[in-house]
Amino acid sequence: MTSTSGGYYVPHGSHWPIIGSIGLFVMLQGFGNYLNGDGIGGTIMLVGFLILLVMVFGWFRVVINESEAGTYNTQVDRSFRWGMSWFIFSEVMFFAAFFGALYYARVFSVPWLGGADPGTNEVLWSGFEAAWPTNGPAQLGGEFNLLDPWKIPALNTLLLLSSGVTITLAHWALKKGNRGALVMWMLATIALGATFLGFQVYEYQEAYSSHYNLTLESGIYGSTFFMLTGFHGMHVTLGTIMLIVITLRCMKGHFTADRHFAFEAVAWYWHFVDVVWLGLFIFVYLL
Amino acid sequence: MSTATAHDTHHEHHPGGLLRWVFTTNHKDIGTLYLIFSLVMLFIGGAMAMVIRAELYQPGLQFVDPQFFNSMTTMHALIMVFGAIMPAFVGLANWLIPMMIGAPDMALPRMNNWSFWILPFAGLMLVSTLFMEGGAPAGGWTMYPPLVLQTGDAFPFLIFSVHLLGISSIMGAINIIVTIVNMRAPGMTLMKMPLFVWTWLITAYLLIAVMPVLAGAVTMLLTDRFFGTSFFSAAGGGDPVMFQHIFWFFGHPEVYIMILPAFGVVSQIIPTFARKRLFGYSSMVYATASIAFLSFIVWAHHMFTVGMPLTGELFFMYATMLIAVPTGVKVFNWVSTMWKGAMTFETPMLFALGFVVMFTIGGFSGLMLAITPIDFQYHDTYFVVAHFHYVLVTGSLFSLFAAAYYWLPKWTGNMYDEKLGKLHFWLSTIFVNILFFPQHFLGLAGMPRRIPDYSVQFAEFNQISSLGGFAFGLTQLLFVYIIWKTVRGGAKATDRVWEGAEGLEWTLSSPPPYHSFETAPEVK
Ligand code: HEM
Ligand SMILES: [Cu+2]
Repeated sequence: MTSTSGGYYVPHGSHWPIIGSIGLFVMLQGFGNYLNGDGIGGTIMLVGFLILLVMVFGWFRVVINESEAGTYNTQVDRSFRWGMSWFIFSEVMFFAAFFGALYYARVFSVPWLGGADPGTNEVLWSGFEAAWPTNGPAQLGGEFNLLDPWKIPALNTLLLLSSGVTITLAHWALKKGNRGALVMWMLATIALGATFLGFQVYEYQEAYSSHYNLTLESGIYGSTFFMLTGFHGMHVTLGTIMLIVITLRCMKGHFTADRHFAFEAVAWYWHFVDVVWLGLFIFVYLL
Repeated sequence: MSTATAHDTHHEHHPGGLLRWVFTTNHKDIGTLYLIFSLVMLFIGGAMAMVIRAELYQPGLQFVDPQFFNSMTTMHALIMVFGAIMPAFVGLANWLIPMMIGAPDMALPRMNNWSFWILPFAGLMLVSTLFMEGGAPAGGWTMYPPLVLQTGDAFPFLIFSVHLLGISSIMGAINIIVTIVNMRAPGMTLMKMPLFVWTWLITAYLLIAVMPVLAGAVTMLLTDRFFGTSFFSAAGGGDPVMFQHIFWFFGHPEVYIMILPAFGVVSQIIPTFARKRLFGYSSMVYATASIAFLSFIVWAHHMFTVGMPLTGELFFMYATMLIAVPTGVKVFNWVSTMWKGAMTFETPMLFALGFVVMFTIGGFSGLMLAITPIDFQYHDTYFVVAHFHYVLVTGSLFSLFAAAYYWLPKWTGNMYDEKLGKLHFWLSTIFVNILFFPQHFLGLAGMPRRIPDYSVQFAEFNQISSLGGFAFGLTQLLFVYIIWKTVRGGAKATDRVWEGAEGLEWTLSSPPPYHSFETAPEVK
C-alpha cells in the first residue's frame, strides 16, 4: 500500500507504531511493578522489551526496503536529516539535565552545606566541610576512593576520539565508492566502541570493589558519576549496535556514494556520544 | 485565488472500522485522534476539578479526605497540561500545518502515528494510579521532592507516564519542525507563513529543548527513590531545591508551549473577522521568538520564596518583567488589527476577543507575581491559581474553542450552529469569571492553594467560585453537543467558509481531500 504525492512518499498505514506503544507500555508497566516489589514485574518487563525489539526490527526492515527500492526522493531524505538532527538535539538536552545537576551540586549545594551559606550549615550539618568529591554530610555509602582519570578514562578518551577518526575515514571511503576500505574502517570503529564498553564495565567493577567502594549510593558524587557515565554508556551501546547494523548494510552493498543518509545519521550519533564523553572526561573525571 | 486544486483521486482501501484509526499515517486522521483524545481528557480532568470545587464549597471537610483531595489537584493539573491542552494544540498542528503550507501530509507520517498512539497508553498509566495502593500521586503536579517520594505504588507509574508523554511530545515536535522547514510549497517563504505555523515552529523548538530536561529530572526522582542516589537529599550533598531549578527550567518554557500556539490561533482569527491584514506581521514573529528566548531565563520566578541569593531574586524578577514587552507588542498588534476594521462577531471571533481581554488579565496578575517582594505574599495562594487559570483557561482553552469553531466547517464541511456557539461563548465567559475572579481576592487575603479546608472568612468567595465552576463545567457539555451536531450535518460550508479568510487551507474543498495538496500550490 504505497502512493506518492507530488513525489513525496507518504506511506499508507503502518502497524509498527502501535506495536511499539504496546511494547513500551508493557515494559514500563512491568518495570514499575518490579520496582514496587512485585514478583512477576521483571518478566513482564522483559516481554515488553521483546515486543519493542520486534517493532524496531520490523519498522527498520520496512524503511530499509523502501529506501533500497528508491522510494525516497531527495526531499524525503532531507526530512530524515532534519529529523535526526533534532533528535540528537533532544538527547543533548537530556544530558544537559544531568550536567546541570553536577554543576549545581558543585557550585551551590555542597558549598552551601559546608558553610558558604552559614544558616544552612549551622542548622543542618554544623561541622560539615565542603569538598569535592563528597558523599555528603551523612557520608552516605561510606568512605570511597577515586578512580584515576589518567588510567582507564584517559585510555577510553583516546579510544573514542580515534573511533571518530575511523568513522570519518569510513565515510570518505564510502564517498569514493571504495567498499573494502569502508567495511574495514567500520569494523575498526566497532572494535574501538566495543573496547571502550569493555573498559567501562571493567572500571565499574573496580569502582564497586571493596578497594574503591564507589557506588551509586556514594552521595552526590556517586549519583552524578554513575548517572552521567551510565547514561553515556547506554548511548555508546546503542551507538555500537547502530554501527553494526550499518556495517552489515554496507557489506550487503547498500548505500551509494552520494545517497547514504542512514550511514550519516549513525555517524552523527557516534560523534555526539564522542562529544558527550569529552564533557564527561573533563567535568566528571578531571575537574 | 483558485478554488479547490483538490480532487479526491484515490479513495485508498484503508482498513475499515477501528483499525483504520490505529494504523493511519494521515495527518487529518491523526489530527482528529489528537483532538478527540484531548476532549476526553478535558472531561476527565474537568471531573476532578468538580471534586475540588465541591470540597471547597464550604469550610471544613465534606466529601473527600485530604489525601484524595491532594490527588485531585495533582491529577487534574497533570491531565489538563499533558492530556488536554498540549495534545489539542498538536492536533491542530496536524490538521492545519500541511494545509497552510501547501504540503501533501506531515513530513514523517509513520512517526506521526506513533507520537499519537503513545498518548492513550500514557494517559491510561497515569489514570490507573487512582486505583493503586497508596492512591494517586498527591504531591502536586510539580512533583517536588521529598514529598513526591512518599507517593505509594503509584510513584514509578507517575514517572513512567511522564516519560511516555515526553517521548510523544518530542516526536510530535520533531515532526512539526521538519514539516515546516522541508514541506513548504514553492514560494511559501518563511516570512509568508501564517502566524499559526510560525508560533508552532517556535513551540516545537521549545518542546525539544525542555521535554528531555523534564525526563532527566523525573529520572533522578526515580533513582533517588529506588536506587539510592541522593540528587535531592542534603544528607548526600544534594539539594531538594535543585529539583525545583531543573523542573522549572522545563516548567516555564512549558507554559509558553501552551500559550504560543494560542497566540497563533488568535492571530489567524482576528484578521479574518476584522477583514484587515494582521497588523505588524513581522513584529509578531520577532515577539514570539523573543518570548521563547526569554522563557529560558525566568524559571526561578516560581521559586522566589525558597531562599535564593539576592542577585538571583533580582535577576529573575527583571528578566520576567522583560517578557511583558514582547507580550505587549502582541496585544497591541491584535488591537491595532481590529482598529477601523469591518468587524463581525461570529463565535470564533468572540472567543478570540475573550482571549485578548482575559489573557491580558492573566498577564497582569503574572506581572504582579513577578515582583519578588510581592510574590513573597502571594506565592502558593489562590492568587497564583487565579493567575494561571486566566492564562490557561481563558487563554489557551478559549483559543482552542475559537480554533474549533473557526476550522470545524473546513474539517467537516458543515457549519456549526451559530446560535448555540454564541451561547457557549457567553455562558463560558460569564461562568469562568465567576469561577476564577474571586480567587484573586481569596489569594490576596491569604488563602493557601492545595488545602481542602479553609478559614471561615473565605467561605463566600469560595462558594461563588464553586458555583461558577459547576456551571462552567456543565456548559462544556454544550460544546460537545455542538461538535456532535456539526459532524452529523448542518448547513453546507463553502470552501472559503469565512468571507475574510486568507490562506491556503481555504483554497481546498470543505471537507478537504484525503491528501491535502497532491501537487504543491503556487504561492505568490
Ligand atoms: C505574562 C507573562 C507572565 C508572567 C509575568 C508570569 C509570572 C508568573 C509567576 C511569577 C508565577 C509564580 C507565582 C508563584 O508561584 O508565586 C507564575 C505561575 C504560573 N504561571 Fe505565569 N506568568 C506569565 C504568563 C503565563 C502564561 C502564558 C502561562 C500559561 C499559559 C502561565 C502559567 C503559569 C502557571 C501554570 C503557574 C503556576 C505553576 C505552579 O506553581 O503550579 N503564566 N507565573
Ligand atoms: Cu513561569
